[in-house]
This record gives sequence, structure tokens and C-alpha cells, in this order.
Amino acid sequence: MKISTFFYILKQGFSNIRRNILFSLASIGTIISCLFLFGIVYAVIVNFQSGMKDLENNITISVFFEKDIPQETVTLIGEQIRVLDYVNTMDYISPEQAWENFCENKYDDPEAAKAAFGDDNPLKDSASYEVTLKDISRQPEFVAFASGLEGVRKVRSSEVTADGIATLSSLVGYASIGIVIILMLVSIFLISNTITIGITVRKEEISIMKLIGATNFFVRAPFIIEGIIIGTVGSVIPLVLLYEMYDRIMNYVIGRFTVITSVFAFVSQEDLFRTMIPAGLILGIGVGLFGSLVTTRKHLKV
Amino acid sequence: MIELENVTMTYPGGMTALKDVNINIEKGEFVFIVGSSGSGKTTLIKLLLKELDPTKGDIRVAGYNYRTIKKRNVPKVRRRIGVVFQNFRLLKDRTIYENVAFAQRVVQTPARYIRRRVPAMLTLVGLADKYKSYPKELSGGEQQRVAMARALVNNPDIILADEPTGNLDPKNSLDIMNLLDDINKRGTTVVVVTHNKDIVNEMKKRVITLKKGVVISDEKEGGYIDED
Ligand SMILES: Nc1ncnc2c1ncn2[C@@H]1O[C@H](COP(=O)(O)OP(=O)(O)OP(=O)(O)O)[C@@H](O)[C@H]1O
Ligand SMILES: [Mg+2]
Repeated sequence: MKISTFFYILKQGFSNIRRNILFSLASIGTIISCLFLFGIVYAVIVNFQSGMKDLENNITISVFFEKDIPQETVTLIGEQIRVLDYVNTMDYISPEQAWENFCENKYDDPEAAKAAFGDDNPLKDSASYEVTLKDISRQPEFVAFASGLEGVRKVRSSEVTADGIATLSSLVGYASIGIVIILMLVSIFLISNTITIGITVRKEEISIMKLIGATNFFVRAPFIIEGIIIGTVGSVIPLVLLYEMYDRIMNYVIGRFTVITSVFAFVSQEDLFRTMIPAGLILGIGVGLFGSLVTTRKHLKV
Repeated sequence: MIELENVTMTYPGGMTALKDVNINIEKGEFVFIVGSSGSGKTTLIKLLLKELDPTKGDIRVAGYNYRTIKKRNVPKVRRRIGVVFQNFRLLKDRTIYENVAFAQRVVQTPARYIRRRVPAMLTLVGLADKYKSYPKELSGGEQQRVAMARALVNNPDIILADEPTGNLDPKNSLDIMNLLDDINKRGTTVVVVTHNKDIVNEMKKRVITLKKGVVISDEKEGGYIDED
């Protein structure tokens, strides 16, 4: 394509929008709200997933042994656990270490507590394996398995029920995706209407163009450009807004709810937007392109 | 160059505008199409542009058979045709300059070439000083000349002109016809629909006469047949 043709088509695309500014703005507005919502859902899901990952890596299951069992049995239990494909890590916690950890966590002055008990370790029977799983949802399976092993006295699993959180989050996720899809359909519908109006207004021009030898591409291109412009503006605006808002909200939450931040770290603005910007642009421009392609195909047959 | 074989055109409403028409126009010919109002002249032009498809028969233009032509080749034939529409069909929201330039943009002519070619065309039809005006600011005759400039701007192999002098005084009519004659002498095939009896009689060109959609006369150096 020649440079001057490209600029002519581009100019016509902009002029289409200008002539039909109200409908164009309505289309842009719908895409903005669609992508704004999409961005919020996206940010929540990404943060939630990263939070779940953190949580999974921190949840440990302790496997305690029966009193006075021989070291070989302990080793055997360890081997049986280690071969499970969904086990992430397994550490042996000796009674000394268990006591030390206990003191660190429970007493204001761990050193004094340790000194008070002296050599007498109250947890001398509390050696254990601390196990983390690759997939927290298999916790019940693991508990059943470990409890059944010869020489295991007790399996203490975390009380965090991954299931509940996962179900709730997927419900919220599905609902949001549903809303985003509906908004996308509305956007496509509005873009299609906008372009149909443009085509109607330019009927005579289009018919002359064709009769003096314009290719189908040349006739369609300005309307497709129009769709792309609407899609681009409609996605850049919410992305910029979300980018600006994300840091602020993050800082606000961190400042106000310190409890949350002790168990949960926000995904950084940079990490989040590295994927969200391309995703948002593809969605917005895709909606614009799709709407204009379908509409011009329908109305501009030779 | 142009060939119609047993062409019949019946409009959706049932009106048969052309009946069993056979016409053969060689490259480089100058042909007048005459006939009273409603005889099917404009219909013929529309068929040659493939604006309409005939109900029956074959049309061949510039080596393409319109019955079998591929969609993507339709613009190619049309680019070889320059057309003056009966009702001009200028774009109301563009200046005279833009109206003529439009024909070149459509066929993707480079901008620097357009800038030289359009003023030359407007000078040729005597409208150089009106290039900034809009169609509604021009008289019927002036608009007709803009349409003429637009038809000529791409140097077509064939010119189809549907009453290009319909709104012009005798002097301007003669100028336009002489212009078409000049272009024809340089090798362009010219087909002119007209009601201008004097000019047809004077120019001694081939004349095809239509009556109620039927070719009633086709003469080499013909005159205007005034049957009613
Ligand atoms: N789009 C149409 N639908 C139905 N009938 C039509 C249509 N266009 C033309 N006709 C009819 O076909 C016949 C031929 O029309 P056409 O326009 O070809 O005549 P013409 O020779 O160009 O007349 P004029 O000298 O007045 O321009 C007329 O009877 C007209 O009513
Ligand atoms: Mg006519």
C-alpha cells in the first residue's frame, strides 16, 4: 500500500469518528467500562492467585511419631512420604528443634524459658516431619495416607480450608467474567451500530467509489480504522486509570490493614501491568476490529 | 473493446429496459447513443459499468466477460473506464478539487501526482478558478464539467458519458464534445449518450439509436433519428 493511500484511509477513519461523534463516544465509553471492570477483575485474580501460592508454600503439615519408635521406622516413614508426587518439601524436626521453635513462638523471653527447663526437654517425644504440598487441595488425601502409616501417632494439618476460599473466588471470578463478556458484546453491538450509521451516511460516496474502481479493501479500510481507533482509545484510558489507581489502593490497604499484609503480599504494579496492558489492548482493539470487520462485511458487499 | 450479445435487462419491477441488444464497439471508436427518454440509454451505461447485471446475454468489456469475471477483477475493469453520470454524482461535502482528486485517491495514485494532475484537469474543463468551491455553489453546467474532469483524470481506456452536455449552452456543449473528440483521437474509446441533435448531426460519428430498449439503427456516420 502506498504511503499516501495509508494516510488518506487514516484521515477518513478519523473523519468517520468526527462526523458521528456521539455514537463513537458511546462506543468508546462502553469499551472503557468493560475494560475497567476487566482490569479490576484481572488485578484481583492475579493477586489472589499469588496469595494462594504464598499460602500453599507456607502451610505445613506435621507428622508425629509414636513414642520410642526406632530410628529405622522414622526413616521408613520419611521415605514413604517423600515418594508421593504431590509432596513439595519434607523436613525432619528433631525434639530439640521443636522445643526451640516452641519457645520462640510462645514465650516473651525464649531464653529464660529454655533456661527454666534446663536439659529437660518437655517435647522430647515431639519429633516430626514437616511436610509442604505442591497442591494444597490434596491435604485431606495426604492426612489420610500419613495417618495410616505404621508408627505415626498423629498428623496435624493446617486449619486453612483451601476449598472454601477457592470456591468463593471462582464464583466471584465467573461472575466477573460473565459481566465482562456481556459488556464486550454490548461494545461490539455499539461499534457495529456506529459503523453502520457511518456507512449509511456515506452510501453515495461508497457507491461512487466502487463504480470508479475502488477495491473492497479501500472501501472497508476507513471503517476498520474507525473500529481500531475506538478500540484503542477505549482500552488505553482504563489501563492508564487502573495503572494510576493500583499503587494508591495498594498503599492504602497496606497502610490501613496491616493484618492482611502480614499474610499476603501484593503483586507489584510492574508485574501486574506487564501482562495486563497487552491483555487489555488485545481485548479493546480486538473488540473494535471484530465489530468493524463484521459490520463492513455485512454492509459493503460488492 | 465493448461487446453486448443478446443482452436483455428486466428490472425487478418487471420493466424491460433493454431487449436483445447486440452492440460491438472497437477500441478507439467514438459512438453516440441516442433515443428518447426511457429508451434504455442509462441502463446500457450501468450494464457496461457492471452497476447492474443483465437478465440475459453476455457483456464483455476490456477483455473481461462480466458473467464470469472474478470479484477482485471488477475494480480492475472499472479503473479502465471513466464515467460521467447522468446526475453527475459529485460529493456534496467535498470541494471541486477534492471531487476530482477523489477519483485518483480511490485508485491509489501517489499524492504528488494528484497535486499536478487535478489542476491540469480543472483547467482543461475551464474551472481552474473554482477549485475551492463546493458543488452546490456551481451551476448545473459547471457541475457537469467537474464530473467530466473526474472521468478523465485517471486517463481511462474507455469513456462512458451519460448526457455530458445536458445542462450546457450550445457553446459549452460544443467545447465538451470537442474535448471528447480530442481524447478519442488519442486512442480512447468514447461512448456518449446525448439528446443534442445538432451536435450529433454535425460530428458525423457512429450513432446507435435505441427505442423502447431495442436497437433500431446503428450507422457508421449516422445522424440523429427523430422518430417522434
Ligand atoms: N432502477 C429501476 N427500476 C425499475 N425500472 C427502472 C429503473 N431504472 C430505469 N427503469 C426503467 O427502465 C427504462 C429505461 O430507463 P433508462 O434510465 O435507461 O432510460 P434513459 O434512456 O436513460 O432515459 P433518459 O433519456 O430520460 O435518461 C425506463 O422505463 C425506466 O422507467
Ligand atoms: Mg438516462
